[in-house]
Amino acid sequence: MRILLMGNPNVGKSALFSRLTGTHIIASNYPGTTVEFTRGYLRRGEEHAEVIDVPGTYTLEPTNRAEEVACEMLKEGDLVIDVVDATNLERNLNLTLQLLERKVPVIVALNIWDDARHRGIDIDVVRLEKLLGVPVVPTVGVTGQGVKELVRRLPEAAMHQESYATSDERWARVGDIVSQVQSLSHRHHTWYEVLEDISNHPLGGVFIAVVVLLATFFAIRFIAESLIGYVAAPLFEWLWTPLLMKLSLALGQGGFWHSILIGNLVDGKIDYLRSFGLLSTGLYIPFAAVLPYIIAFYLALGVLEDVGYLPRLAVLLDTFMHRLGLHGYAIIPTILGFGCNVPAIMATRILEGRRQRFIAATLISIGVPCAAMQAMIIGLVGQQGGQYVALVYGSLFLSWVVVGLILNRAIKGFSPELLVEVPPYRLPPWRVIGEKLWLRVSGFIREALPIVLGAVLVVNVLYTLGAFDFVARVTAPVVSGLLGLPKEAVIALAVGFLRKDVAVGMLAPLALTPGQLVVSCTVLAMFFPCVATFVVLARELGWRDMLKASGVMVAAALVIGGLLNLLL
Amino acid sequence: MAMRQGERVTLVQMGLGQSGTVVEVLGGKGLVRRLDALGIRPGKKVTKISATFFRGPVTLRVDSAQIAIGFGMAGRIMVEVDKELPRSQGR
Repeated sequence: MRILLMGNPNVGKSALFSRLTGTHIIASNYPGTTVEFTRGYLRRGEEHAEVIDVPGTYTLEPTNRAEEVACEMLKEGDLVIDVVDATNLERNLNLTLQLLERKVPVIVALNIWDDARHRGIDIDVVRLEKLLGVPVVPTVGVTGQGVKELVRRLPEAAMHQESYATSDERWARVGDIVSQVQSLSHRHHTWYEVLEDISNHPLGGVFIAVVVLLATFFAIRFIAESLIGYVAAPLFEWLWTPLLMKLSLALGQGGFWHSILIGNLVDGKIDYLRSFGLLSTGLYIPFAAVLPYIIAFYLALGVLEDVGYLPRLAVLLDTFMHRLGLHGYAIIPTILGFGCNVPAIMATRILEGRRQRFIAATLISIGVPCAAMQAMIIGLVGQQGGQYVALVYGSLFLSWVVVGLILNRAIKGFSPELLVEVPPYRLPPWRVIGEKLWLRVSGFIREALPIVLGAVLVVNVLYTLGAFDFVARVTAPVVSGLLGLPKEAVIALAVGFLRKDVAVGMLAPLALTPGQLVVSCTVLAMFFPCVATFVVLARELGWRDMLKASGVMVAAALVIGGLLNLLL
Repeated sequence: MAMRQGERVTLVQMGLGQSGTVVEVLGGKGLVRRLDALGIRPGKKVTKISATFFRGPVTLRVDSAQIAIGFGMAGRIMVEVDKELPRSQGR
């Protein structure tokens, strides 16, 4: 049996999902698309039912591609739990009535029940149940209240198949129901609402945005550096190094297998950034250098998402983003890109129109380095001083803006308008944040680790075969002439196609000047997407637009790299 | 500029803090449908709770939800303004 959890965005669907399914949840893509959804299992007696957290939708007449998927999935469900936000009954019931028109049993979870009471909204559940003709169970997803009752009443889910000729007719029925079941009474202003009022005020909004973004930045750095300094680095140093040194001795401190597995010894010791063996640098990069930043970033992102802050940022930045041919909501995929460009480019699906998606995806690939790469940049360039790291970020931000301005002029058409619900601030549901963090971090390990190891292996083999000398000689005019880098740096640029974190790591043994480091890291970030991003770009934009986007990237990278080389 | 009762204005012209009733959406089917799904449709009572600098979005309260609407789109939503205005700062 397959149970679908459906409802408007921001109705606490994920929290309810997590209460229904327990720990074993899986994130998957809808077949043939890249819209992600989560799946888990609910045990009822002997039976295991599959539960799917369907992307939020306001209507079954889709207005964007993410909503299309929600409607497609509806066809494959055996039962729908319609999650209704009790604080927003009217709009939510509109979707409920649309669901009741379909041939599928429905049960309603009247969620955020506690908040509705606080707000002085009283709903006559028994009456609502009668009017809808399907079970209605008040729930609080975050605390789990009402979930048992919901599960107990699942078998009562009913089909109704009432249909309405027009949207107006349906709204009229919604209005009728609401007037019969809902009564409002006086309520107190909560301090969340005070905070909401401040962030709605233009100046207050800017102030809060600056505070939030700075706090996020320092929190990420603090968490990641603590994880590296107190956990990852000591583990490698005290546990892994002695083992590797034994292996190194056993392999005779040299030879083919030594250079593949352990790499070059620096002063007779393993240097995790420079040795470049599969078991040394190949494991150190993903686990010690990058993973802490991935954990810190996704923790911070999860909190920002679930507190309800990101849509406010979208509203605030809307005017600015219009200059780049986007609207404010494009900031959300962009911020995702600081974790990994792949889900970020998938998330451009929430934007309307090919033009906007093309610009957003191209800008993300150019100006937004992923967490893995940033971790390596902070680690490597940071050794030379914070100002150089700032220079890399500044150059990337500037190219993001300039390329956006140019694309907005160059591409015919106009940017669509922002239309977005701004959810109320809510306390983060830690359970959901924890599960989401786990999904994202384990996804990183599963997907990145094999490619990192593969990249290190390929690099080592090609080095041994001398293939790089040839490439380096051929590309020398561009790399040395234009960018002012030693010709070996081209190998790092080439490896950037596989993994950008490994590529930055390859700059370590080259003894570059701080200026050269800035140039190479900036070019590496902009130049070309990594292979995973490349594939996703092609799938999301089509091959032609992907090639166009790549052309823009290469051109921008060479121009910025050349300029930086002249200036530094 | 303050709006008198019963006057028909766009969301952009409406004063901050003012309430009114949506009377018409001047736009194509797609726009009407997207707004409809969010509960913004003729006959619906809305309150303008914020506007951003430099032709930024207008934020409305619709029942207990807040919806932000791009400047251009907001200019195509016609509203009939309610009587008095608590703190009008029309722009």
